[in-house]
Amino acid sequence: MDRVIEKVKKEEKMVIERSKMSVENLSAWFGDKQALFNINIELFENKVTAIIGPSGCGKSTFIRNLNRLHETISGAKVSGKVYLDGRDIFDHNCCDVVTLRRRVGMVFQKPTPFPTMTIYENVAAGIKLYGKKPKGKLDQIVEQILKQAALWDEVKDVLYKPGPSLSGGQQQRLCIARALAIEPEVILLDEPCSALDPISTAKIEELIHKLKQNYTIIIVTHNMQQAARVADYTAFFLLGEMIEFEVTSKIFTAPQDKRTEDYVTGRFG
Amino acid sequence: MEYQTAFYQELAEVKDLILKMGVLVQELINKSVDSLKNRDRDLAKQVIKKDLAVDRLELEIDEKCINLIALRQPKAFDLRFITTGMRLVTDLERIGDLAEDIAERAIEVSDQPLLKPLIDIPKMAKLAEEAVKLGLDAFINSDAEKTKEIWAIEKQVNKLRDLVHDELIEIMGKDSSTVAKGIPLLLVSRHLERISDHATNIAEDVVYMVEAKVVKHPATQEK
Repeated sequence: MDRVIEKVKKEEKMVIERSKMSVENLSAWFGDKQALFNINIELFENKVTAIIGPSGCGKSTFIRNLNRLHETISGAKVSGKVYLDGRDIFDHNCCDVVTLRRRVGMVFQKPTPFPTMTIYENVAAGIKLYGKKPKGKLDQIVEQILKQAALWDEVKDVLYKPGPSLSGGQQQRLCIARALAIEPEVILLDEPCSALDPISTAKIEELIHKLKQNYTIIIVTHNMQQAARVADYTAFFLLGEMIEFEVTSKIFTAPQDKRTEDYVTGRFG
Repeated sequence: MEYQTAFYQELAEVKDLILKMGVLVQELINKSVDSLKNRDRDLAKQVIKKDLAVDRLELEIDEKCINLIALRQPKAFDLRFITTGMRLVTDLERIGDLAEDIAERAIEVSDQPLLKPLIDIPKMAKLAEEAVKLGLDAFINSDAEKTKEIWAIEKQVNKLRDLVHDELIEIMGKDSSTVAKGIPLLLVSRHLERISDHATNIAEDVVYMVEAKVVKHPATQEK
């Protein structure tokens, strides 16, 4: 079933957002412990959506469901629906998990370049793994992707050095480049800056801002200022529930729920 | 657009809107006193109507500034620029209201000849308008030097206000039938004097923005 949701935001001018992913009544468990309770959310195309909330609120579990990584954990269970372009990702007839993870790429908290590969190979591996025959020469594609990840200028002379020889921030951009190499449509970022210094963080934020022109981005962060800076929409999670989901400016200037207000003002706890 | 560039673009938009609001209130000062001088009810009504546009701009600029603070966590000059912008629009909005008050006085006295030919009131209006213009220029160009003249202008306006005051009190003292015509003029001189006060607020805020120095309430700075 094709299912596309459009949200109309009534402000001075009418803005129509197209839903890229749609989540309906999503619940998730680790064994007997329920980690997510009936989450309903629309993730809009070419927008950055931030998921914020205290540790253990289920934000990482939530995004790990968007590319079915959650179910790889032993004893993990899930119920509800997640649609990608209107198609249910849990429906084996219309979506296999390999294709899903190609379309919905992920970057983790700690930079994870392939340790034995060079910078060049890390990106090329993404292209080769995807299995699609590159349209142009591999060198050109690697260059283009590294440029897209705002890393080219810094690594063009050291392409054949090992990936882990780069700084933390560069490694993280290399991981983003590797994720871009498989031509995803959605990029999930799980605390991508928590191990980085402020300058590297600013570079990643700048990159996120640029990438949203071509991708739908969902970022999990416990850094509220980061959510405020980069996200168009923000969802606040607490104890496995989604408390509030709104345009970011609203979450940070006039949240509707007292719990959101307490969290964003630092009164929570 | 680059993320940081987008931020500076948003700051520039705020600046443009404040400039637009400033130009509009200068026009209102000018037209309100013209409407009084020429006993032009239509012009006075135009002023009252246009003050709504000033109010709308205040809300728009305020909202933009609040969002910039909440979402971009501005620091140093950027923060001072935004907080100064927010104070500035409060002053400009009050100036718009005072021009509206003058227009209302103009309507009150429009159906009969003026008590006396207006000489000092138009002078006050010109000076007050000039003070607002200087304040805006100083803000737009981040030029604290430009604010210096504003205090001198405010003193001149105060002097003229005293002259108008004394003159009207004298006329009304001699002939009580002139009170109904005299009071509105007295109020107008008071409104114009308030406008120049708001211009000095703008000057103080601009000095803070540019030099990070607090020059208001000098008595509190004394040791």
